[in-house]
Amino acid sequence: MELVPIYLAFILALSIFLGFELISKVPATLHTPLMSGANAISGITLVGALLAAGADGPDWLATLLGAAAVFFATVNVVGGYLVTDRMLGMFKKRPEKQAAEKPEA
Amino acid sequence: MTDLVVNLAYLGAAVLFVLGLKMLGSPSTARRGNALSAIGMLIAVVATLLSQGVVAWHWIAIAAGAGVVVGALAARLVAMTSMPEMVALFNGSGGIASLLVGAAALFPGVIGGAAGAETAVSTFTAVTVLLSVMIGGVTFSGSIVAWGKLAEVLPSGALLFAGQRLVNGGLLAALVACGVCFALAPSADSPYFVAVLVLALSLGVLAVVPIGGADMPVVISLLNSYSGLAACAAGFAINNNVLIVSGSLVGAAGIILTNIMCKAMNRSLANVLFSGFGATRAGAKVEGEVKPINAEDASLILEAASAVAFVPGYGMAVAQAQHVVHELGELLEENGCEVSYAIHPVAGRMPGHMNVLLAEASVPYDQLVEMEDINPRMANIDVAVVIGANDVVNPAAREDEASPIYGMPVINVDHARTVFVLKRSMASGFAGIDNPLFFGANTRMLFGDAKTSISAVIASLKD
Repeated sequence: MELVPIYLAFILALSIFLGFELISKVPATLHTPLMSGANAISGITLVGALLAAGADGPDWLATLLGAAAVFFATVNVVGGYLVTDRMLGMFKKRPEKQAAEKPEA
Repeated sequence: MTDLVVNLAYLGAAVLFVLGLKMLGSPSTARRGNALSAIGMLIAVVATLLSQGVVAWHWIAIAAGAGVVVGALAARLVAMTSMPEMVALFNGSGGIASLLVGAAALFPGVIGGAAGAETAVSTFTAVTVLLSVMIGGVTFSGSIVAWGKLAEVLPSGALLFAGQRLVNGGLLAALVACGVCFALAPSADSPYFVAVLVLALSLGVLAVVPIGGADMPVVISLLNSYSGLAACAAGFAINNNVLIVSGSLVGAAGIILTNIMCKAMNRSLANVLFSGFGATRAGAKVEGEVKPINAEDASLILEAASAVAFVPGYGMAVAQAQHVVHELGELLEENGCEVSYAIHPVAGRMPGHMNVLLAEASVPYDQLVEMEDINPRMANIDVAVVIGANDVVNPAAREDEASPIYGMPVINVDHARTVFVLKRSMASGFAGIDNPLFFGANTRMLFGDAKTSISAVIASLKD
């Protein structure tokens, strides 16, 4: 049991480094979708919210807090992914024939 | 489902998040990346619902149903120009969700972790609950204030008052003190817990209030980072590894973006957060005469140009001019002109704001050029058209050491052969800094609403 926090700390440290490595090369064009897509991932709190709202808890207040958390986290997740997808759907490459005329743009 | 299966599902979800974020790094794979990450989320949620921890369904069904409706409607209906507000609100909802999860973790029997069996809350859980409430609270109230500023419900300028730093410092000290008192005797009904909650929410408000509208890209990406860190703290509170992994990935991503934004303004994060830039400092006065131009003359010059660069700023978003800008760009291309769109990293109110707007107007992304790529070939640009941008094209950042934005990298439109500046009037830009560009020998001012002006140019080009 005492080891659990240590394992969690390991996960934390390695994930942060992984995050830095993953994001550092994103072109400026994609900064907004990256941000909203990452924000949707932070809605992972939903997992915790589900556990809190779904427990057969003795206290109604805990269930209420959990249910409110489920609502907000769901808004975050569903809204975040959909709006990111909507944005990315608009990013289009130049049609082929024009691209051939002006290759350096 | 057994714990092992649930944890394997979490592992799968984490892998999909990592792959998804990686694919978000390139325009050709970004959409699939986002879909992969959404699938990861679905896997994590389904596994949680089927786990032994979840036995009561009705509250979940109601809350999640409402959340799906609100989230989907918001994502579908929001205008692309309001995207910064939307992102701020989503950050805020992530923050408050983490706050609530942290608070719920204080109740015995709620979470199958440290608090699962015993009735007393361990110190470790108490500290992690505190962190998720603090970070989540600051994220929530800070995001609401940021939203208010972006939507102009609140005054968008920097709001400063005497002793602001003292108040913020005192608040932070009180927050830490109450946190320590709570951690010494943690329980769900501790008065210190309520105090921490209130203090964290106030701190979020006070931290964002002194930050001006032009600095919003930094604030939005920082709050984005906080929303991830809040999820991460909630993960510690309930001993859940997938929350920690995903939360810290998002936290790291937000910090990188924040750093990019700060570099693009040549300022430190501390300076953005505490200086109340734009409210107090005045730049060197610039004297001179501006040379106005009308739409007809502008169209003649554009017709003769062989290379044109559009440089958009927040004013383009306000005027909703992105569609006419693209129309003008296409007309010029048909005329054999080489058209590019030069985008400063902090143009607009959030990272990548201008790119999204131009993408909405179907400008292909390979025509969007970053500052470092356009500046070396600026001398070959016949006409640079500045649309509602000011500070990001201000040559004083290069030349005038007294200027408050001295040292900030800018798009050197003044090196182009001719510069058109589309501007509503001669009022100075957001940061209240005079712009010598407007008085340059090769600068022509096209006064009026950007959308109307460009439409007029298009009309006279077509004649």
